Amino acid sequence: MAQAIRKKPVSKSVNAAVSARIAAQDHFRTLRLGTPFQPRIDALAKTQDWYNWAGCRAPHSLWDEELEYFAIRSQAALFDISPMTKYRIEGPDAEAFLDRVTLRDVTKLKPGRVHYTAWCDDEGFVLDDGTLFRLSPKRFRLCSQERHLPWLLDSAIGFDVTVEEETEAVAGLALQGPTSFAVLRDAGFAGVEKLKIFDLADFPHDGGTVGISRTGFTGDLGYELFVPADKALSLWDRLMKAGVLRGIRAIGYTALNRARLEAGLIVANADFTTAEHAIRADRLRMPDEIGLGFMIDLEKGHFNGRRAILETRAKRKLRHMLVGLEIEGNIPAEHAIVYHKKSQEVGLVSAAMWSPMAKRNIAIASLARPYGDTMVEDLWVEIYAMRELQYQKLMKRAKVVARPFIKLDRRTANPPADF
Amino acid sequence: MKAWDAIIIGGGHNGLVNACYLQRAGLDVLVVEKNDWVGGAATSRELTPGFLYSNCSYVCSLFRPEIMRDLELPRFGLQVISYEGGAVFTRDGDYLANYRDHDAHRREFARFSKRDAEAYDRYARDVTRQCRFIQPLLMRTAPDPTSLRPRDLGELLYLGKKFAGLSAQEMALTLRFWTMSISEFLDEYFETDVIKANFALSGIIGTALGPMSPGTAYVLLHHYMGEVDGSVGAWGYARGGMGAVTKALAASFKASGGTIRTGAEVDHVLVGRGKAKGVVLAGGEEIYGKLVVSNADVKRTFLKLVEEKELPDIFLRRVRNFKIRGSSGKVNIALDSLPEFPALPKDSPVYRGDMHFTDSMERMERAYDDWKAGRWSADPFLDMVIPTTLDPTMAPPGKHFMSCFVQYAPPRIAGAEWTDADRDGFAESVISQIAEYSPGFRDRIVHMEVRTPRDIEAEVGLTEGNIFQGELTFDQLLFNRPVPGYAQYRSPVGGLYMCGSSTHPGGGVMGAPGRNAAAEILRDLAKSTSHMSPAHDVI
Repeated sequence: MAQAIRKKPVSKSVNAAVSARIAAQDHFRTLRLGTPFQPRIDALAKTQDWYNWAGCRAPHSLWDEELEYFAIRSQAALFDISPMTKYRIEGPDAEAFLDRVTLRDVTKLKPGRVHYTAWCDDEGFVLDDGTLFRLSPKRFRLCSQERHLPWLLDSAIGFDVTVEEETEAVAGLALQGPTSFAVLRDAGFAGVEKLKIFDLADFPHDGGTVGISRTGFTGDLGYELFVPADKALSLWDRLMKAGVLRGIRAIGYTALNRARLEAGLIVANADFTTAEHAIRADRLRMPDEIGLGFMIDLEKGHFNGRRAILETRAKRKLRHMLVGLEIEGNIPAEHAIVYHKKSQEVGLVSAAMWSPMAKRNIAIASLARPYGDTMVEDLWVEIYAMRELQYQKLMKRAKVVARPFIKLDRRTANPPADF
Repeated sequence: MKAWDAIIIGGGHNGLVNACYLQRAGLDVLVVEKNDWVGGAATSRELTPGFLYSNCSYVCSLFRPEIMRDLELPRFGLQVISYEGGAVFTRDGDYLANYRDHDAHRREFARFSKRDAEAYDRYARDVTRQCRFIQPLLMRTAPDPTSLRPRDLGELLYLGKKFAGLSAQEMALTLRFWTMSISEFLDEYFETDVIKANFALSGIIGTALGPMSPGTAYVLLHHYMGEVDGSVGAWGYARGGMGAVTKALAASFKASGGTIRTGAEVDHVLVGRGKAKGVVLAGGEEIYGKLVVSNADVKRTFLKLVEEKELPDIFLRRVRNFKIRGSSGKVNIALDSLPEFPALPKDSPVYRGDMHFTDSMERMERAYDDWKAGRWSADPFLDMVIPTTLDPTMAPPGKHFMSCFVQYAPPRIAGAEWTDADRDGFAESVISQIAEYSPGFRDRIVHMEVRTPRDIEAEVGLTEGNIFQGELTFDQLLFNRPVPGYAQYRSPVGGLYMCGSSTHPGGGVMGAPGRNAAAEILRDLAKSTSHMSPAHDVI
């Protein structure tokens, strides 16, 4: 057999799988792919301000990053989330499998519901956080920042479940802001008013269906819509048309990033380093060290990392603490060092901004315990503000505060407000 | 009669690095080189008009940037250009490319396996972690574990601390890396044969082992711990061919007052009362030196250049048993136009990277089977580059120089010396493999140089043509390289030092052995080493 392989000449007649593989070669010509919404986004991209999101050409801003933020808070903002990694997890054991992989109790996640969760390696270090959508009793969608197919497939051994990566097959949109409900209703998604926060349902669209969930990354009233890639443009058009009178605007990531910070939400590989990407072993983080300890359900059965998490808790070996900070003044403290008593370095700010909604200077920071845990007094941040080629060095008092930094009643109000 | 402060035997890159550092410390240094040119295995030679051949080593990554800076090599013309990736051609008419862009790399792997495409990050993380552990050791003398000298204890403590600083998981990985086969190591991450073959090649290059032989995982690491200007793991072309490295070293050496004699083959080292006193050239000329440094490999140095009676028995036995096995050859080709590969789109960056044709682990291992039987591989493993796609100085416009590193080629053919007919057969195995993927390839050939282990040994002086001056398996690394008790560049003969790739940290155009040997020599002479930069921080 081996000899036969060696002697076989380069074959010209190839089977269908090989033909498909060869047909996919030309990706090297386009390093940043467009998403299914790209034609619409390109038409609106006045700033041409792009960044690389998982190999896609995604907008930092489309016309004005500050005004785009206000569209989220005052009207309805449309943000393309298609590059987010998506896995379809299906089978009789899908629930048991996900219960084993992720931190939260998946048996409590009912069909038609979504929860925010995270998953760890065997040593209890966070691989990623993400959202888990229960589409039906036996079918789930897991959305995340990074890619985890080998981890999911290896974990699936012994479970009757299939795991399939569907990032490019499924297009996603976030529609966020006070008028987002009205836009959906006016677009004809009958019954969307019944969706409570973290609810999920299918609605007819363009001869198929769109999955709409009342979820988002802004702390505001908002929805996320998932649709097969070939129905993406018709969905976009349907929303934009219905939203004209409701002030709908497409936005880029900078605006969304501000909204998420106000909502106190963390971003993988911005506020913590995911375990499969941490080159330096001391950058690994357990859920308790990045504010995700609340997800850990010790009542349910075994899950990946449980033993290590329990042991670390028992031996009080947790080393880090992720906190929300309120900093005096109005100068954003992005990537500032956090000090105790203005002298001892105890941590780093990973995200910071002046919050227009809270009218406070807010930040997310990682501190070395016990700072941020039992020691929360006398914390300071040193801000290096570059102003016309000079650093203005400011030492500002920081107070540990609860997240989210803003709480908007309209996010959870039922029925959702009709602006 | 003049006595030089130091005589360096061999003008290879390590000999020249060593010479440069000693000369800059104020010593009066002579380099003697048997060929009419310097460079050893890092040369660029115009073997046919208009074409420069990197006829031994052909790509650059390992050469330490600290050395380039200390010796002002950019001032003397050294420029290294990163290249763009590469590919393995598959037997079904496709190829698997390695792209520099992270997402293109993933999409390319996903054409073969979505799972393996997403496994790459974990693989890269683990390999990077190991490289970061080893990198700082390259520019330090390996400690002698049996010594109680404060320096050795200090270095052992450093090594111990570094190891203790690893997590339990990393320690386990380190031990596995040093002992596993590359095949088994890759099995831990990937499931697709061609993807494994793509990575495995770094584990067998220059090594008389197959991908399924234990110890080959470390060889892969050795090829990943280099850099091009801070881009760790990247490989590049030296502009003007690999001879640009040694040309710059020679110019730097001369500029600081050093002397090079080419066409001066050393017959033996002059030893009196257990101490090296100089060298005797092949013509009988005696040159005296206060110390002698050999850039030749450990076998050539102690089995050919030093009389046996001067050496302890156990040392001699260990030198004899040191593995410097011939495993590879080279076919260097001048082309009158760029070859076409129908499988490869015309605008593919792969033309500017390294190309391979071995698309399965089994083919790679079977190529090694031929070596064990004393034959060159009927279906060889090639590491093929066309540096002229990025370097306009090596061939006229539109013409190209192609370097094919070929494995496996045994030191002897079925127990007998290589014959010219064998050499032709070896070349044909290479050309026919390329021609299979590149129709019309033969017609583009203007000139060709074929180098079997025999040729490389005869010209460069590397025993059996082994490119690393000794295999990079764990039994021959750190304080065991080349011989336990003699891993600190000194030898049983007083005043005779080693500075070649047979010594720590081993082969590849790295320069670290030459530099570390200089540090030890200067220490023995109680001279300052302030002109030698310590290893760059790994943060």
